[in-house]
Amino acid sequence: MRDYEIIIIGAGVSGTAIARELSKYSVKCCVLEKEEDVCCGTSKANSAIIHAGYDASNGSMMARMNVEGNAMMEALAKDLDIPFKRNGSLVLCFREEDMPGLLRLYDNGVANGVPKLQILNKDEVKKIEPNVSDDVYAALYAPTAGIVCPFHLNIALAENACENGVEFKFNTKVEGIQKLEKGFIVKTNQGEFTTDYVINAAGVYADEIHNMVSEKKIHITPRRGEYLLLDKTAGNHVSNTIFTLPTKYGKGVLVTPTIHGNLLVGPTALDIVDKEGTCTSAAGLDEVMTKAGISVKNLPMGQVITSFAGLRAHEENHEFILGEVEDVTGFIDCAGIESPGLSGCPAIGKYIADLMKGKMGLEAKKDFISTRKGILNPAKLSIEERNKLIQEQPAYGNMICRCEMITEGEIIDAVNRPLGAKSLDGVKRRTRAGMGRCQGGFCSPRVMEIIAREQDMNITEVTKSGGESGLIVGVNKENLA
Amino acid sequence: MRTCDIVIIGGGPAGLAAAISAKENGIDDVLILERDKELGGILNQCIHNGFGLHTFKEELTGPEYASRFIAKTEELKIPYKLQTMVLDITADKIVTAMNKEEGLFQIQAKAVILAMGCRERSRGALNIPGYRPAGVYSAGTAQRLVNMEGFLPGREVVILGSGDIGLIMARRMTLEGAKVKVVAELMPYSGGLKRNIVQCLDDFGIPLKLSYTVVDIKGRERVEGITLAQVDGANKPIPGTEEFYSCDTLLLSVGLIPENELSRGMGVEISPITNGPVVNESLETNIEGVFACGNVLHVHDLVDYVSEEAKAAGKNAAAYVKHISKKEGTIIQVVPNDGVRYTVPSTICVVNMSEELIVRFRVGAVYRNAFISVYYDNERVIHRKRLVMAPGEMEEVKLKKEQLEQYPDIQKIMFQIEEK
Repeated sequence: MRDYEIIIIGAGVSGTAIARELSKYSVKCCVLEKEEDVCCGTSKANSAIIHAGYDASNGSMMARMNVEGNAMMEALAKDLDIPFKRNGSLVLCFREEDMPGLLRLYDNGVANGVPKLQILNKDEVKKIEPNVSDDVYAALYAPTAGIVCPFHLNIALAENACENGVEFKFNTKVEGIQKLEKGFIVKTNQGEFTTDYVINAAGVYADEIHNMVSEKKIHITPRRGEYLLLDKTAGNHVSNTIFTLPTKYGKGVLVTPTIHGNLLVGPTALDIVDKEGTCTSAAGLDEVMTKAGISVKNLPMGQVITSFAGLRAHEENHEFILGEVEDVTGFIDCAGIESPGLSGCPAIGKYIADLMKGKMGLEAKKDFISTRKGILNPAKLSIEERNKLIQEQPAYGNMICRCEMITEGEIIDAVNRPLGAKSLDGVKRRTRAGMGRCQGGFCSPRVMEIIAREQDMNITEVTKSGGESGLIVGVNKENLA
Repeated sequence: MRTCDIVIIGGGPAGLAAAISAKENGIDDVLILERDKELGGILNQCIHNGFGLHTFKEELTGPEYASRFIAKTEELKIPYKLQTMVLDITADKIVTAMNKEEGLFQIQAKAVILAMGCRERSRGALNIPGYRPAGVYSAGTAQRLVNMEGFLPGREVVILGSGDIGLIMARRMTLEGAKVKVVAELMPYSGGLKRNIVQCLDDFGIPLKLSYTVVDIKGRERVEGITLAQVDGANKPIPGTEEFYSCDTLLLSVGLIPENELSRGMGVEISPITNGPVVNESLETNIEGVFACGNVLHVHDLVDYVSEEAKAAGKNAAAYVKHISKKEGTIIQVVPNDGVRYTVPSTICVVNMSEELIVRFRVGAVYRNAFISVYYDNERVIHRKRLVMAPGEMEEVKLKKEQLEQYPDIQKIMFQIEEK
């Protein structure tokens, strides 16, 4: 008897989307994650947009997953109680001579099955988006493009999978995989697990995991992208996601509102070696500043509240690798999931789950719970409802994060729910406490107190993001004795 | 809906002094709304001494200074609500607030005094490159952890920014057993008080590197070190001047920002220089009956001046509530010029000013043996020599009503720094 029928490696959006789809079936499934929480790698730091699907080459898995994923997002967001908005996107073209490129993009999108694509002239562009550069010549408009919170999407997929019986093991790093005659032994820093199938959704590490068992080696390059996030006061500067058409002069950066009302600009693209190289650089941040100004005018760059970098899991052929590895029966790759991976994840989950269903003859569960309730947002309640809530649970009357207006009640919920937050960053991704203009300056000590109290641990044990990221190193004067 | 003559947003030094003053000027129906669990605001974590030299002619700690105002508040039986967050204020002065006991509630105020204080500028606003590990704290957050909770946020510390909180924390961390390796300051001068540089750095042998900034933060989980580099005249790092400091903590003391989200929400005009409301001689904003004082109005150097300013705001708000009708008169623009970054107030209506009006401002650079000059239109009426002026220290000039009345036709009062 094996420990599991399926082990999924990686709790990013791909891994958890697959886990959730698989949780519709009677199958013993476990997700292994090397970090302390879901959504700690590529899924955590990206553009947070749901692409319409005109970009990826027609006929590719990328194109198919993108368009299907985009179409699925509305219902999924509703089921999982997460915010999603089709805000539309514009690809700006600045020169008449570049129009063939824009038209190629349009044609590719139409071939991919992207609905409602339109080419707009300058006046039409300026009408829907007055703050784009006056130099704009034309644009490709995709009203189905959207914005989502990648944390919420990832966390919600995981929570729902968990509720439907998928096991999650955190701080569990896969160090080796042994192929058995049938099945595998997955060796981790937390012991060995046997399984019939392995699904490799390890993001930038998908090549290392793949290459543990397959002779047909793959290579994933971490491609770093740096971003700047602006305060909510700048959030209305544009309403669509603004791209620029790549030309011989280079590729621009995007400018987009986020689902929470901030403005996001970026990313750069730099191939690096270090799979944990999520540091920002002066040159990168400068580049974002400069390029953002090309597509959108009067950007209030004084309103920047934070900068960050994420790593795209770039596979050499720039294509999603989805399916059983040719030379290793029972080992399924979900690799090379870079942009539009976030957009495609619902479709990726379904595609892989369908594949497993076919292979294993999985049967649908009758008691699958398709919906998940997110953390209550008291701001959405009426005054009467809110007062009733505070009466019943006074913690909802105690404001902890004053920038994002997050109450103690929400933080307690974030810590105590299934797969709950264990760290400051975990709380931040679930509730947005600490994500506002003061960047946790005020609320961090208070959130630390709540985590410690709810987890019944000493406040000195609370970390920023697990591992060695301790926040307090000791007590006053202990070195002076 | 509940009503209240004067609602004061914030129970820190500004809010307390304003409340006391309003009460002493005849308004009984005053309410302080404070979001923390005690009155006193940021003073509660400022356990060092040096407060109150002007107000009480003695050196108090922050909590001691606050306690005098809290005691007075209690003595005058001024009502206050703690752990109460103001969520919104409308232009017609309906205050929406929330706490655990009462839930969400609204108060229709006749007058509002904004006294929300300020917050610290974060790392993100500076675009410091590098990783984002644990161990990067704003100095005030670290101060809270150390002074109020008794926890050490780190053992080997580099501080960026020589604002007063950074300087104070350099000393505090040293006293608590941490090693403060260096304080780096982007500008060619410190943003803090001279006395703090002497007492907090020099006395402990902590080096201050002027015209230096952080160019890299090393460490993925916890800070492992930071790299400083010298900057040129345009504040750009100079290649080749990098110095690496091994440390587990980076404290940031890189500026304070008046916290005006509520003010903006109600339509108060905000100055792009101070990030605080634009006010007239009565410390009244563009919305009639809405006053501002303390660090929400402009960042102060000494709390004594906050108390003084708040006292005026409280008095003026009381007068407003008592319908002491404002007189119509020419509105004179107060204009900052060469070397003066801003002035508070921005306008003066002579008929409504008190016998003596304090105009506060900051200079944009360090000046030695220079003059503060005040012009009524084109006539220089004040020319006062100052040995040293620095951006870290507030300056003030007292304008006399009596004198201004002799200039009934002037359009503007200009403040500038002159070498001669």
